[in-house]
Amino acid sequence: MRGFRSAAHDTFVGSDRGGHRRLARGDSLMNIHLGTPVSAEAGRRQGDAWETVIGLEIHAQLATRSKIFSGAATAYGAPPNTQACLVDLGYPGVLPVLNAEAVRMAVRFGLAIGAQIARQSVFARKNYFYPDLPKGYQISQYELPIVAGGTLEIVLEDGSRKRIGVTRAHLEEDAGKSLHEGLAGLTGIDLNRAGTPLLEIVSEPQMRSAREAVAYMKKVHTLVRYLEICDGNMQEGSFRCDANVSVRPAGSEKLGTRTEIKNVNSFRYVEKAIQYEVARQIELIESGGKVIQETRLFDPDRGETRSMRSKEEANDYRYFPDPDLLPLELEAAYIEAVRAELPELPDAKAARFSAQYGLSDYDAGVLTASRELADYYEAVTRTVPGQSKLAANWVMGELAAALHKDGLEIGAGKLSAERLAGLLARIADGTISGKIAKEVFEVMWASGASADEVIASRGLQQITDTAAIERAIEEVMAHHPAQLAEFRAGKDKLFGFFVGQVMKATQGKANPAQLNALLKEKLPG
Amino acid sequence: MTIDRRTVTQLAADLRARKVSSVELVRACLPRIEASQSSLNAFVTVTAEQALAQAQAADRELAAGRGGPLAGVPIGHKDLFCTAGVRTTCGSRMLENFVAPYDATVVARLQAAGAVMLGKLNMDEFAMGSSNETSYFGPVRNPWNTDLVPGGSSGGCAAAVAARLVPAATATDTGGSIRQPAAFCGVTGIKPTYGRVSRYGMIAFASSLDQGGVIAQTAEDCACVLRSMAGFDPRDSTSVDIPVPDYLAGLDAPLAGVRIGLLKEFFDTGLEADYERHVREALAVFERLGARLCELSLPNIPRSVPAYYVVAPAECSSNLARYDGVRFGHRCRNPRDLTDLYKRSRSEGFGAEVKRRIMTGTYVLSAGYYDAYYLKAQRVRRLIAADFERAFAEVDLLMGPTTPTTAFALGAKSADPITMYLNDIYTISANLAGLPAMSVPCGFVGGLPVGLQIIGPHFAEQRLLQAAHRFQLETDWHARVPERCA
Repeated sequence: MRGFRSAAHDTFVGSDRGGHRRLARGDSLMNIHLGTPVSAEAGRRQGDAWETVIGLEIHAQLATRSKIFSGAATAYGAPPNTQACLVDLGYPGVLPVLNAEAVRMAVRFGLAIGAQIARQSVFARKNYFYPDLPKGYQISQYELPIVAGGTLEIVLEDGSRKRIGVTRAHLEEDAGKSLHEGLAGLTGIDLNRAGTPLLEIVSEPQMRSAREAVAYMKKVHTLVRYLEICDGNMQEGSFRCDANVSVRPAGSEKLGTRTEIKNVNSFRYVEKAIQYEVARQIELIESGGKVIQETRLFDPDRGETRSMRSKEEANDYRYFPDPDLLPLELEAAYIEAVRAELPELPDAKAARFSAQYGLSDYDAGVLTASRELADYYEAVTRTVPGQSKLAANWVMGELAAALHKDGLEIGAGKLSAERLAGLLARIADGTISGKIAKEVFEVMWASGASADEVIASRGLQQITDTAAIERAIEEVMAHHPAQLAEFRAGKDKLFGFFVGQVMKATQGKANPAQLNALLKEKLPG
Repeated sequence: MTIDRRTVTQLAADLRARKVSSVELVRACLPRIEASQSSLNAFVTVTAEQALAQAQAADRELAAGRGGPLAGVPIGHKDLFCTAGVRTTCGSRMLENFVAPYDATVVARLQAAGAVMLGKLNMDEFAMGSSNETSYFGPVRNPWNTDLVPGGSSGGCAAAVAARLVPAATATDTGGSIRQPAAFCGVTGIKPTYGRVSRYGMIAFASSLDQGGVIAQTAEDCACVLRSMAGFDPRDSTSVDIPVPDYLAGLDAPLAGVRIGLLKEFFDTGLEADYERHVREALAVFERLGARLCELSLPNIPRSVPAYYVVAPAECSSNLARYDGVRFGHRCRNPRDLTDLYKRSRSEGFGAEVKRRIMTGTYVLSAGYYDAYYLKAQRVRRLIAADFERAFAEVDLLMGPTTPTTAFALGAKSADPITMYLNDIYTISANLAGLPAMSVPCGFVGGLPVGLQIIGPHFAEQRLLQAAHRFQLETDWHARVPERCA
């Protein structure tokens, strides 16, 4: 690849085994509330006396086809040790070769957060013994990471925005997995994951509540999926985080002793883990104790964090530059070429949605929470021009609810954007009312039929024939002489009763506006 | 029919001319190797069957008028180059039964050139040593006097070539492991520029210093073998993508006007007087050939040994972490738990010198010591490289002794690691700077060979080989064979 080289040489970089992997499905639509309002006050729920300080280290698995230093595949879920080559197994004599695609993805991320892309970065060895770490060291970046100093913006509950600094993002390889289940008394080692490329994204300690932390994490999640550098699948561990948490007296400048909660792989768990940890630390200090710097694990079943190892027990990782890999040098032209390929990013897209479609900031934020969702919305509005607000309501309302109910991702249901647009067109042209549309939607959702097919086959077309509505009104008036008399004697609220009766008589198909107008004309006599 | 004193170049020509077959050569070599084992112990593994099969294949190629430049020539590999299906022990109990499922790039390239592998050559454990006494498979002995060491770590390679068991062998050099045994055994060895020969499949000792090379009888043979093994390898990120010149072409070019620098620091008080006399006589030969001599000082050279014994152990401590008893290599019996598995597998699998270096390396990388040792050593390394760079602005080649003394007795230094380490005092700096360097036989003291070291700028292998070749056309030190092996 042009313009991309290792120090002193031209082509040290192995190429990825293919183009992009088709990114796995995005997160569920419930996650579209990512990056949207959180309570600025949440962190002080424990009382105004304490301030919470949180920094996150997010591990995003890069969506390359092959591993970061070998040609083995990265696909998830293969039988143990079937996707580990000699390099991943740490065999004597083998050497790592950097995957150029992983580098390109890291650069994409760095550019998207306005960070510095290091013209020279260095891979280091992090040395420790563990059975699922084949070489006895992990190749990571330590002193000179590829990305440094970017920012992301989150939206607080009051609608204000807060910038969170990204200290750095660096490339590293993942370790394998130790398996304990079904191996009575033994530990199994699966090295399929060993050597999988990770981008570790380290934030500044600038979050002040669990909800801010979650908002930030969701923002990063949205971004890496926009950039198509991570599939964001949290169940499979493609996106997980370590949370550094401390508390300090409100107004204090000095940071309190922090604990690190390791390897949390859901937004909900991150929120719960931090909330638990903040409460634990405050309680500890207030009862005269001291927070110990340590690594803790979150137990989702019990909703608590537990000590894993203290600072004293921590490894001395003996980092040093990996002599098997020369410093990674990136030319300015290479970085610019990557910049030129960046897609429209979430914030820019949200701003455009507000301006172009007249949406509120909130709606624009929700609809741009994933590229798939934004694309779906835009496909709907393109098909029914001039109905952007109606489209927003339906995509965020009925569609989101239906997807959530069935546990589906956007684009996975039977209802294409064009079909949904077809339904909205029938609302817009008065063929059906909004109420009937919901019925039609349900049938379409279940059957995959078009709106027109459902309306025709079920005879749901709205009655807009004035004479027909007048006939229905007259029948209702004839059947309810008492109510009519009361209405005419001044009981205005019976107007609604007549609306209901006529709707009932027409199976809800009477055009509501016409019905209103005609009733106003006829009821007074 | 034996390989007797024929060089690789002569053997390759005789094979091509069908004066001899590869099978005949292999059949002649195998019993000699077998017979030498009790006295020299140069081989860890002899691959008789495989060698005969390869020889037959080479003969078929040659009969058809095909075959690579080394078609049918028997060679040996230092036992740290991985060979598919043949165990690669690295001289260690840890890898006593390790069979790599792949060939090192060097092995594959030489095989592609037609070379026939006779076996795997003994070495210091994980290439850590200067006497071959640290091998789990027992020490190799010096063919010139079997009470003496052959040098290390490529002791088996140098001894096998000196005893004419093989015409040439692959070897590696991290701090002098090709040049020092070549000097002790009276053979010619080249350590190329770092990055010239792929390290893929070469079991690592210290990654930033290790470099594969050749030990043979002559510079011409070194050129011949190196030509087939050098070159860029996409599987080694530190290998360099610069075309490999034909090292054989231009070997005869005259030396008139070549500027040769004598390193003042290499003619210090530690150098034996008779050794120095032979080196200076060799330099006089170059002068007669038209080269111009001058004395040079590289002030940071004396810091090479301490810098090396920080950097090399640091890298080794990390490189050898993979030998944990989990996936390959020695595993202790009945481990109680994970820690026990690690401790006992490694305690049992590694020898004393390897453990010493792992501990030293772990220490110098530890929090609180990293700056004082590792970073400082890297700074010294840069200073040494800068010294050389300045020198090569003034001269084309640097020359001096390869070692301070001739071969020493078995056991003489094994109790004192510092004395042992100082044996590499003249060779280490070329590794720290990544420079190509050779050792060429240039005399005998008390019946023991003396080595002349030649160091050149990066990628100047051809210039080194040319100088060594011209010297060998004027002298016969390289052609002498130990009486007992003749």
